[in-house]
This record gives sequence, structure tokens and C-alpha cells, in this order.
Amino acid sequence: MIEIKNLHVKIADTDTMILNGVNLTVKAGEVAAIMGPNGSGKSTLSYVMAGKSDYEVTQGDILFNGESILEMEPDERAVAGLFLAFQYPLEIPGVPTMNFLKAALNSQRKARGQDELTTPDFIRKVKGAAQHLGIDMTMLKRPLNVGFSGGEKKRAEILQMSLLEPKFCVLDETDSGLDIDALKIVSDGVNALRTPERGFLVITHYQRLLDHIVPDSVHVLYKGRIIKSGDKSLALHLEENGYADVIKEVA
Amino acid sequence: MNVQIKKTDAEEGIISALKSAGANTAILDKGLPTRRVEPFHYTDLRNLLKSFPAASNSGEATTVDALIDGATISFANNAHTGGAFPAGVTGSVLGAPTPVPADVVIDANIIGDLNEALVANGVVIDIAPNKHIDEPIILAHNVSGGASSALRFAVSLGAGSSATIVEHHTSDGASNHQNTVSNLSLAKDAKVTWVIMQEHGAETTRLAQLNIHLAQNTDLTILVLNSGGKLVRQEIHMAVQGEGSNVTIKGVNLIADNMHIDVTTTLAHNAPNTNADELFRNVLTGNAKGVFQGQIRVSQIAQKTDAKMACNTLLLSDAADFSAKPELEIFADDVLCGHGATVTDIDKNHLFYLRARGISEKVARGLLVKAFVEEVFEDLDNEKLGESLNARIENWLDINA
Repeated sequence: MIEIKNLHVKIADTDTMILNGVNLTVKAGEVAAIMGPNGSGKSTLSYVMAGKSDYEVTQGDILFNGESILEMEPDERAVAGLFLAFQYPLEIPGVPTMNFLKAALNSQRKARGQDELTTPDFIRKVKGAAQHLGIDMTMLKRPLNVGFSGGEKKRAEILQMSLLEPKFCVLDETDSGLDIDALKIVSDGVNALRTPERGFLVITHYQRLLDHIVPDSVHVLYKGRIIKSGDKSLALHLEENGYADVIKEVA
Repeated sequence: MNVQIKKTDAEEGIISALKSAGANTAILDKGLPTRRVEPFHYTDLRNLLKSFPAASNSGEATTVDALIDGATISFANNAHTGGAFPAGVTGSVLGAPTPVPADVVIDANIIGDLNEALVANGVVIDIAPNKHIDEPIILAHNVSGGASSALRFAVSLGAGSSATIVEHHTSDGASNHQNTVSNLSLAKDAKVTWVIMQEHGAETTRLAQLNIHLAQNTDLTILVLNSGGKLVRQEIHMAVQGEGSNVTIKGVNLIADNMHIDVTTTLAHNAPNTNADELFRNVLTGNAKGVFQGQIRVSQIAQKTDAKMACNTLLLSDAADFSAKPELEIFADDVLCGHGATVTDIDKNHLFYLRARGISEKVARGLLVKAFVEEVFEDLDNEKLGESLNARIENWLDINA
């Protein structure tokens, strides 16, 4: 479903390389986890997949269902079915959350040649999804993410994900800033979206999240490269021993 | 040295208008103010005003929808064309000018001087003490046919009274000139919402003033929406003379290609314990030019003044230009005064976040520009008024942004 091939990335307009040849394949229905120490390039990988213009791909490719997405605009990637749950969801004053959700949903439907949702249908859909995530409808009348707590922001990201029904989801440290109860709610929300057709890339620092969202594969990113891959036991190993011995292994 | 400078076409036009009105031409002895005259530094009137058409005592009715329902007093050029005052209001259509409210100080008062000399019509409204007028009073002025028109609106609110007044300025596509001066007095405990809605045609010039005297414990809200015109200078001069008064000013300037809009406010705090909160948001496209000058003067007696002023501008083109001049003159030692001016483009991280959800760049930009300006008129006490103002903004953005 997603094939990242020899991906080299630098910060645009500088010579600072962040990713130095990432190779990673995630199949439909698979949950792949990426772990790695701070500064290893995890968030950069997620931004590059979503199409943020702050980064420049110098070599390699990202294929989504066999097609390169590198020339696609961020909104075209979203319409194609890619979704990034942001580590730090942005606060956008003046844009009510409901208006934003409606614009996003209908933009995607329109781009795919589907009819736009009517307002009653849209509200029904949001209500259902919000209830599962323990989100109060009054929260959605507020401007997007403005004054939301850390937990509310992450829940709002998962709400967007469940409404937009993407084919492939990248979750960038979705567990950061969550207490144990919120972690459970968010993880349940993600698990509810797991289907044989949908792939996930879960970026995290902590094994804790992977207790809730059990991965099929675990990859260690270090200095812009995947240095080790394994099954879920690799995450447990890292939790116990830290990154040092894995890094030593490849050094 | 006394160098005789050749008069511009506009100056010649004004002099001939003054002569035909039987007025003294002395106000034009030095010509129109240039950028060397401090209050006109960013709006060089001599340079910008290209002509001054003759006055007309008749004109077309406006084709623009009313902003809100209310008792509408209409003028077409210099002619009063109809309308009735709401119950409880003493109003009359005037011939003679009314004086500027007491204590209001105006430097380089060319707009007032022109109005004084050329005023042809207007209204005088008195609201009796303790009367609450719920129905908005709408002063609608349409200029048309390439004419000039000068009106004056005088409104005084008795102690403990309240009202909502809407100035609604419109015009056709001709090269018109509009000059209006509004004089407002609030007696003790009076409360007023004053709206200035300007949606002129692309060739109309508007030179205008709103001059206000506030007595004790008064509550003033001014809402300004400028969305048209070729050259617009809106001055607002306020003298806060009574303790415990509260001034709120919220404004949006939507400035399309080749327009020049200047909002100049002077706020004199001359009594203790008064508050003021002034916010302007501006959106500019193409070669538009915008000016905001905000002066806050706190006299020595005006201790515990709490005044803040903000002017935020979004430039949607590289060629657009905005000048902001906040000015604080504080003679009291126990006050809170602040100002902030920002000029920005749309936040690219905000844009990326919206696009990452599948919203196209054009739609995402539209959402962000709209959010930037519509915030100003959200949460008004009069929700309907806020919605109407925002509907006008949306309409402008659809066409221009």
C-alpha cells in the first residue's frame, strides 16, 4: 500500500539532511510502528508523506498504491486517501470546528466526484463519530483546536480521521500529552478503524501506545534510516533496554 | 516666503463650490493638506483628490440592500427622499449646520471645514432621557450621477437613554464626492451603538467625520465596515469627559485593488476611570492602500484609564500597502495603555493543516481570510447586526479575495 524507497530528505533551502535513505513498506491492513530517539527524523517522515513544503526530497520516492505521490499537493494526497494525525494540531482562531469538518468532508467528496453531504446528514455523521470518542458537541462549535486541552486536540484528530475515512493513516505521536483514560479512548478510536483494506503508520516514543494499538511490525528510525525491523516484541525489547544496544548493533 | 502654488483641479472645484454656496474660500488658501500636514501624512489629499464635482439637489435611490431593518431616513445626493423617525424620537431634517460637540478637538480639520461651508441637508435627532429606542435608526445616503453632496447628522442622547444608529453610505459607479459629518452627544448613562457602513462604488470619494462627546457612565460601541470607494477618509474624534465611560470600536476595512482607505481616530480621555478598546482588521488586495491612525490622549486628570488599540492587517498581494500609526500621549501616571499593529500574510502552517485535510488551497485561503476578519463582529450584543455585517464581508471576499 505504502512503499517508501531510499527516501532522502533535507530541510528546504538548506543543506541539512534529515532522512538518509528510508526504506519501508506497509501493506493494506497492516499496522507498522516507527520508534526512535529524539531527532531521528520521525516527524519529518510524517510531514514529507503529507506534503509539507518545508522539506525537499532529494532522492528516492514514496509510492501510494503503486503511484508516486511526491508531485501531489497536500490536498490531493488527502483526497487520494492519506491522512496525517498531527503531533501538534494547529489552533485556528475564527474557524468553527464544525465548519472546518464540513469543508474538509465536502472538499474530499467533491474531488472524488461524490455529492456533498446535506447539513442534517453531516451533523448526524459527526454526532455519531463524536460520541464514540467522548467528544461533546459544544466543543465542536468552538474555533478549531482553540482552547482545546492536549487530550481534546488528539481526540479531535481521531474524529477527523474517522469522518474522512482515509485509506492510509499516519499517526505522529498521537499518545503524547494524553492521560491513561484519553489514551484508551484514542486507541479504541484507532482500533475501530482497523480494516483489512486500511494501513497505519504509528509513530511513537513509547511501548505503552502499542499495548493498545498492537502493531504488526516495528521499525527503529535512527539518523534518518531504518536500522532495525521486527515484530511487536522489538518494541518490548526497546522499552526494557533503550535504543543503545540496537544502535551499537549497526554501528 | 510666500509662494503661490497653482491650484489643482480638485482645489479649483472646491473653490467654485464654496463660491456658489456663498461661503468663504479662506479654508482653501493653503490648498488641500499634503503629506507635510501631520494628520494627512499617509493620505496626501492634495495629491489624491483628482476632482470635485458640483453639488446636486437630486439623485438616484440606492440599489443596495439595507444592512438591517429599521427606521430609515434616506438622502439621495443633497435631497431628503423620505423616511420617518421611530416613536419616541424627536427628529427633523435640517437646513443649518449643527456645532461639533463640546470638548472634541480636531487638528487639520479640512473635512469639518468643508462640511461647515457646503452642508446642504441632514438630520437632527434628540432622544429624550431614559428613552430606549429599540428600532435602529438608519441614515442612508446614496450619492450618484457624478455629484458632490455634503450632509450633517446630529444626534444627542438624553441621560439614561439608548439607541442604535446606522450610517449607510452607498453610491453608483460615477465619480461622486461625499462629505458627511456626524456629531453625537451622550448624556450621563446613555448607551449607543453607532454603525458606519460604507459600500461605495469604485469611483466615489468619501471624506467623513464622526465626532463624539461622552458624559459620565456612558457606553459607546462603534462598528465600522469599509468595503468600497476610491478614496475614503473616515475620521472619528472622541472626547471622553465623564468618569466611568466605556468605548468599544471594532472595524473592518476591505480594500480592493486601487482603493485608498484611511481610518483616523483620536480618543481623548479627560476623566478618570474610563475604558477604551479599539480593534481594526484590514484585508488588502492588488494595489490597495490602507491607513490607520489611532491616537489616544490621556490627560493628567484621567487616572485609571484602561485603553487598548490593535490594528491587524492581512496583505493578499505584494503590491498592497498598509500604514499604521498608533500614537499614545499620556499625561497621567496610573494608566494601562497598549497598542499593537501587525501586518501579515496567511499563516502557512494553518494553510498546510487545512490542505492536509483535503481542502483546496483556494478554499483554505478563503476560510482563513474570512476567519481573520469575521472574528471582529462575532459576539456582538446585537447578534443580527453581527451576522449582517459578516454577510457583507463574505460577499466582498467572494468577489475580491
